[in-house]
Amino acid sequence: MITLLLIFFPLVAALLLLFVKGQQVRNIAIVAAIIEFAIVLYALTQYQHGNATQFEANYNWINSLGISFHVGMDGISLLMVLLTTFLVPIIILTSFNREYSNPSHFYSLLLAMQFALVGVFVSLDGFLFYVFWELALIPIYFICLLWGGENRARITFKFFIYTLTGSLLMLGGFIYLYLHTPGNHTFDMHALYLAGQSIGLSGQGYVFWAIFIAFAVKMPIFPFHTWQPDTYTVAPTQGTMLLSGIMLKMGTYGLIRWLLPVAPLGVEHWANVAIGLSVIGIVYASCIAIVQKDFKRLIAYSSIAHVGLISAGILAVNVQGVQGGIIQMLSHGVNVVGLFFIVDIIQKRMGTRDIASLGGIRNVNPQFAVLFLIVLLGSVALPLTNGFIGEFLLLNGVFQFNAWAAAFAGLSVILGAVYMLRSYQSIMLGETNISTQGFAPLTGNEKAVLFILCAAIIGFGVYPKPLLDIAEPSVVKLVAGVRMAMGK
Amino acid sequence: MKALLLLSSLGVISLLAEIFSFKKLLYPLVLLGLTATFVLNIGDWNTNMSYFKMIQFDNYAVAFTSVIIVVAFLWFLMAEGFFKDETNQTDHYSLVLFALVGAVLLVSYTNMAMLFLGIEILSIPMYILAGSNKNDVLSNEAAFKYLIMGAFATGFLLFGITLIYGATGSFNLEEIKNAVSVAGSAPSIFYIGVLLMLIGLSFKVSAAPFHFWAPDVYQGAPTVITAFMATIVKTAAMAAFLRLFDDTFLRVAGTWTNVLWIMTAMTLLTGNITAVFQTSTKRMLAYSSVAHAGYMLLALLAANSYSSSAILYYTLAYSIGSIATFCIISIIADAKGSDGIHSFNGLGKTNPLLAGVMTIALLSLAGIPPTAGFFAKYYIFTSAFMAGNVGLVLIAILASLIGVYYYFRIIIAMYFKEKTDESIQVDLNHKLLLIVIAFAIIALGLFPDCVIRLL
Repeated sequence: MITLLLIFFPLVAALLLLFVKGQQVRNIAIVAAIIEFAIVLYALTQYQHGNATQFEANYNWINSLGISFHVGMDGISLLMVLLTTFLVPIIILTSFNREYSNPSHFYSLLLAMQFALVGVFVSLDGFLFYVFWELALIPIYFICLLWGGENRARITFKFFIYTLTGSLLMLGGFIYLYLHTPGNHTFDMHALYLAGQSIGLSGQGYVFWAIFIAFAVKMPIFPFHTWQPDTYTVAPTQGTMLLSGIMLKMGTYGLIRWLLPVAPLGVEHWANVAIGLSVIGIVYASCIAIVQKDFKRLIAYSSIAHVGLISAGILAVNVQGVQGGIIQMLSHGVNVVGLFFIVDIIQKRMGTRDIASLGGIRNVNPQFAVLFLIVLLGSVALPLTNGFIGEFLLLNGVFQFNAWAAAFAGLSVILGAVYMLRSYQSIMLGETNISTQGFAPLTGNEKAVLFILCAAIIGFGVYPKPLLDIAEPSVVKLVAGVRMAMGK
Repeated sequence: MKALLLLSSLGVISLLAEIFSFKKLLYPLVLLGLTATFVLNIGDWNTNMSYFKMIQFDNYAVAFTSVIIVVAFLWFLMAEGFFKDETNQTDHYSLVLFALVGAVLLVSYTNMAMLFLGIEILSIPMYILAGSNKNDVLSNEAAFKYLIMGAFATGFLLFGITLIYGATGSFNLEEIKNAVSVAGSAPSIFYIGVLLMLIGLSFKVSAAPFHFWAPDVYQGAPTVITAFMATIVKTAAMAAFLRLFDDTFLRVAGTWTNVLWIMTAMTLLTGNITAVFQTSTKRMLAYSSVAHAGYMLLALLAANSYSSSAILYYTLAYSIGSIATFCIISIIADAKGSDGIHSFNGLGKTNPLLAGVMTIALLSLAGIPPTAGFFAKYYIFTSAFMAGNVGLVLIAILASLIGVYYYFRIIIAMYFKEKTDESIQVDLNHKLLLIVIAFAIIALGLFPDCVIRLL
């Protein structure tokens, strides 16, 4: 029941919001999002530690085709839902300084997005997963199209076509698996796992690529990333946060939940290529990030680098890699939302995101400088911040797969420090110039958002155990199952 | 059968309306008649009645008849304005109703003669209706082109029927089927006959390379008639196609599958690619309708247990989506004098309802969840996949992506481009119709089981 509530509460709220007029709609939206978060916290208290799927609900949906509305959460899903419901109220809160036209549509789409995202993370039926997966695309497309920046029609359309191409390939892969299930065919997750594991290497190879490309586009992994910098840059701040903070995790979550178990031999056979692409993406995106002049674009590229490491760690198929991937998904979600909010704060005050034309903001607003620094240190994975544990586990996981891959992946930490610290230096330190002199103090909601995020960054960095524990049994079980199917 | 009789009598009654002057009552009478037809038709479910070995109301026929009647009902609600013209009112009613009779024959025939009659009864009213905008050159051109091309197709079809009769000595589908019970047992003229019939029916469903009439006819005809052709005519022709090839000619599948494979691929690609370059939305939808025939052919080619229910669902999903889009296009074209994409600029701001319903309908035609169009495509792909036509599925996926491109051009115009005019007045029944269709598209997409378990 809790899972159903989690899925449908945002949808109901989204539909109701359509009938509210004026700017106060955001107050209702944030209350709805906080209620949703409270439901997840309640679910956390009810959660039994272990590797079992809990809070299950299973209804017949399209009987004649073996499709059911089957949802539930194990530790991995629960953490993803926790991330989603934690970030959505924050994302809504970040919008309080802006007056969007048609606010009721804006917040309605935002909550509709949350509905689809939660659905993706709790689906236990391949078809249902696909439907939610596609459903998530529509609200974000309209958010970017209606409230985005220059050239948005062309750029968001490219994004749409790109992801849809991947999705349709994934659908092909799922249908292929579906037709290999015994009897009257079913989309049940475990039946798809068994079907995938029974079809031999060449079949699994096709399935691997069909599904991997869909996830690779979403994350994105080099060379499927070309939509990402433009889209992140042109989207409204909240859209960028949704895309990078949560939607990207659909891809990495998909790797763990769907790709590894349905095509273990395919993963094993093609891991060299896939991890290779991920690592190339890390180095490539980091290098491009270093030369960026636009701070928002820089963070967009840094996101490609981070997600490349997550993907490499997961595809290495060991407990450290997958566990690290999950932890890093949470950290990256929090950090990237923080960074994009900082971009938004700067842009709103200075009217520019050009790194070179800023400087000396610390002299004007030391409080902002400290908060920015904390978020930044989380992002470059300093020990005792949230980024550290995840990156450490991921590099450990990749190292077990291949030392060279780990060496190159490790560059992400070094290069990340280079571009992040350099841009911090250029924006915050140095001489205050005429434009940055008038840097207005932080407003209440800006402080609130940054305080919450910084608390999460430090709290999770110092004492990550409770969250690690939630996912671990499920990860161990999943990885053991996959490795067994690989014959290891 | 009762449906057939009732529809025919409705047609005759509407002819009498001129003489006995109850023209004002005709519109409600027809709607009522269609409702009654629907109910009577449902009563035939599971009876599997056969009449003189000419037509048979098996569940297949009943299901497709229901789709045709439901769509016709929605079409009448949409086309109310078409029947306002005082001088031709009764002709219009009776022509449309007789076309429906033809459509019902096409989904229930068990004899080549009935197939031929069905096609003619359906087509001849359509030739006239396509030209019903008498003062418009394009409408006249459409009627003329449709007639010539239709006659061509009928020629091929008749030729095919003749050869098959020559080879088997029968018009009856069952007997024809049994005549070729052993592979290669039929004389070679039989196979030529099958191919000629394939060509004839491809004309009717506008499959490439026999689709050239469709864009001109669709564009020239009055928009409501275009909507009729794109939905009901296509549904009936596709059902007839399926009935013949996936049953009677299944044993000689080797003759026609390769040809149809190529035709399907061509239909998918030419339909979608050409649609991209259109600036008139009506013409764009004409090409998209060609493309949709391609998707349905995918299931027809698969010829497995999913085929008929996949096509049933597809025709329903596609038809209601098309009714909505054509309704909105005709409203816009009436108000702005043009059906170009630019007429849709800023519609999201001036008429949120029209834009919203148009978006849902276009998402459905493009095959995006949770709309009916998505499930329709999914089901077709599964059917094709099951038959091992992986290459064709990949082509269809590519074609869908191209499809998204041109459908989204309208969506982008509605929400992204600046508005050019004031908002358009839409009368209440059109509003209601559009809202109902929008809900139906989503409901069908969420609960497809209620349709697909029928067949």
